[in-house]
Amino acid sequence: MAQNISSGKRITLGEGGTALVFAVFALFCLVVAANAHTAAYAFHAIIFSAAGVGAVFLIFSNYARRGDALPALTIGGKPNYNYGPVKFTAIAAMIWGVAGFLVGVIAALQLAFPVINFDLPWISFGRLRPLHTSAVIFAFGGNVLIATAFYVVQRTSRARLAGYLSPWFVVLGYNLFIVIAGTGYLLGITQSKEYAEPEWYADLWLTVVWVAFLLVYLATLMRRTEPHIYVANWFYLAFIITIAVLHLGNNAAIPVSVFSPKSYIVWSGVQDAMVQWWYGHNAVGFFLTAGFLGIMYYFVPKRADRPVYSYRLSIIHFWALIFLYIWAGPHHLHYTALPDWAQTLGMTFSVMLWMPSWGGMINGLMTLSGAWDKLRTDPVLRMMVVSIAFYGMSTFEGPMMSIKSVNALSHYTDWTIGHVHSGALGWVAFVSFGALYCVIPWVYNRKGLYSLKLVNWHFWIATLGIVLYITAMWVSGILQGLMWRAYTSLGFLEYSFIETVEAMHPFYVIRALGGVLFLLGSLIMAWNIYKTITATEAASPAGEAALAPAE
Amino acid sequence: MSTDNKPIVDPHTGTQTTGHVWDDIQELNTPLPRWWVWLFYATIVWSVGYWIVYPTWPLISSYTGGVFEWRSRNAIVEDLAALKARRGDNMAKLAAATPEQIIANPEMLAFARAVAKPVFAENCAPCHGAGGAGAKGYPNLNDDDWLWGGKLADIQQTILHGARSTDDKGHQGSMPAFGRDNMLKKEEIAAVADYARSLSGLPVEAGANLAAGQKLFADNCAACHGDDGKGNRELGAPNLTDKIWLYGSDKATIVEGITNGRGGVMPAWQERLDDVTVKALTVYVHTFGGGEK
Repeated sequence: MAQNISSGKRITLGEGGTALVFAVFALFCLVVAANAHTAAYAFHAIIFSAAGVGAVFLIFSNYARRGDALPALTIGGKPNYNYGPVKFTAIAAMIWGVAGFLVGVIAALQLAFPVINFDLPWISFGRLRPLHTSAVIFAFGGNVLIATAFYVVQRTSRARLAGYLSPWFVVLGYNLFIVIAGTGYLLGITQSKEYAEPEWYADLWLTVVWVAFLLVYLATLMRRTEPHIYVANWFYLAFIITIAVLHLGNNAAIPVSVFSPKSYIVWSGVQDAMVQWWYGHNAVGFFLTAGFLGIMYYFVPKRADRPVYSYRLSIIHFWALIFLYIWAGPHHLHYTALPDWAQTLGMTFSVMLWMPSWGGMINGLMTLSGAWDKLRTDPVLRMMVVSIAFYGMSTFEGPMMSIKSVNALSHYTDWTIGHVHSGALGWVAFVSFGALYCVIPWVYNRKGLYSLKLVNWHFWIATLGIVLYITAMWVSGILQGLMWRAYTSLGFLEYSFIETVEAMHPFYVIRALGGVLFLLGSLIMAWNIYKTITATEAASPAGEAALAPAE
Repeated sequence: MSTDNKPIVDPHTGTQTTGHVWDDIQELNTPLPRWWVWLFYATIVWSVGYWIVYPTWPLISSYTGGVFEWRSRNAIVEDLAALKARRGDNMAKLAAATPEQIIANPEMLAFARAVAKPVFAENCAPCHGAGGAGAKGYPNLNDDDWLWGGKLADIQQTILHGARSTDDKGHQGSMPAFGRDNMLKKEEIAAVADYARSLSGLPVEAGANLAAGQKLFADNCAACHGDDGKGNRELGAPNLTDKIWLYGSDKATIVEGITNGRGGVMPAWQERLDDVTVKALTVYVHTFGGGEK
């Protein structure tokens, strides 16, 4: 690389130090691979090792290509925004999203037609199900959150993203975690905790990445040139910090050996269940709610070009949401060995959570006042508004289902699955689609999307899919619950379990059809995004995107 | 650091903004919607009320019990008691009666069938089918062809102890693997298979040596299946003359059975079901249509 070194160019301590750390890491992983107890674990160690080598290569090749100085914080008095990591995660989100929806459709078809398991262990329902949930929540949702968090924090702080290599460490490291988690599920590596299936080594890696994410985010906020911190950033920060705490608490485990993928969780019995659902429910609360409210608080007013409806409401509902959500986990363990008092607390805090959740809905919807006419012409805005409506619906449904007498009917039935998907498809995915439709033309400096007509198609096809999905699961779930509890006049069970399974079949077919429609919509979106990025027409000749460093 | 902008009045709503601006986003200083505030208070008041009446707050070594003194353990006890009351003294009557008495009494029979129906669906249907029609290797319970006997006592015995199960009292006896264990040669097995088909009047292949088959049958099979091929329930040896075939009547299936033997397993259900339930199940299966007096 000698020919590239010009007079003032020097490798920074960060570049050299990071490369060294990764080189040692790659060697260490090779040793682990050589001594691994299982082939699957050796495979993962080799992936980690290759990632370490790749990181060293990327650092030096970037060093060879970059200018003498690191990118300036401002250019001509304006912030020199760093959009590279935003672009990477936005595209990753799109790809993971399509993959995650596809796996969901396969899993739905497996439930309707078990023959689709093909008697192959790698693609059996038990392995595809966590692959689906992790792909859509952590791979799709997580990348959307990182992309938008890195975009929003820069724009609302009027400051360049902190760090030179660290934002790239966050986005690449996070996606490496996704690869390890996903391949692990297919190979049968799991610690069997819902939404926290990856084993100890993947968890450790994610911890390092997540701390880097928090530090980049905080350092950018501290660098802000605005006097106040915008509400979207409160939500993003709450999401990042709480997920770190939940992740550490729920994954406290002792590995069998550094050479084994297996570990034992330190919690036991009902305490383990309680910690798991403290984690599980707040993954919903802080990952899928707080983070995506951050998205809503930036992209809805921005797209509608209207002020946020109520500053006071945003403060009150933010703190109420943060304070109340963290208690709600026990409602996942109604009528179990969990002590009665804990069940009561979980239920009542869930009920009190209703209005704080709706505060976000009110602030999102009412921001549209004065811009409702835009719903007719802007399908992207319409998608986000419908997402807020679904948010409102599922945050009413949630507290209702947490009430013990309702839960007695709904628990363990498909109603829960329907509830989750009205939140996941209707709220999380739709607000994500809206944000991606906004942010991709912005960071790529395009005049607009390739086709609003395609967005319209995406909107209607996906909406129809969601409606089919959730109505099928409501009917199926309530039917299932009623059949399970039905007694004959003589005092014996009316139905056997297999009869209830048989009764579910038509609804499973309808659900799978809904999933197919949702997947179809996402494929239309992927095409639209692809055509937008590859379009040659720029929004402005020397836009901000041109100033972003080469990635 | 830029300073705060001055609050302005939003022309559309007539509400003042807070004066903050981020990336062109402003905020209105709209007060909290009253209905929102009151509903929020209402959920809090309801929750506090719930805490007072139900167990809620953990203390050092116990918890606040609530004025209703409600406990989930008591609730389940009450539910079970209510179920018991609903069943009335029918369970006691069932326990005291013999299967014959149950069948003779229409009211008791209806009750026994109600007990057995979900038990059959959960435990027996996976092999014998939802309606007891059986499947390949799993006997049809609707017909009058019984491997181990179709009287009430026989059925009860089979359910309790199973067949070729781990239970010592279970039916033993199985079809040897005449081919695999070199007791019969291939062409001998073919001849016996032809003869076995002929016993129930099924057509045999042209050129089949029925005389040789009959001789081989007498030497090897009659000990269990009987000289006339009508089977032996003591040994679970099926009747070969009734056109009812557990595994299939085609020659290939019969050859396969003679070559490798047969020995389907039925678990001993007494390990899982109590005696009264087994009694109800016995009556239930007996009344499918094929029960013997």
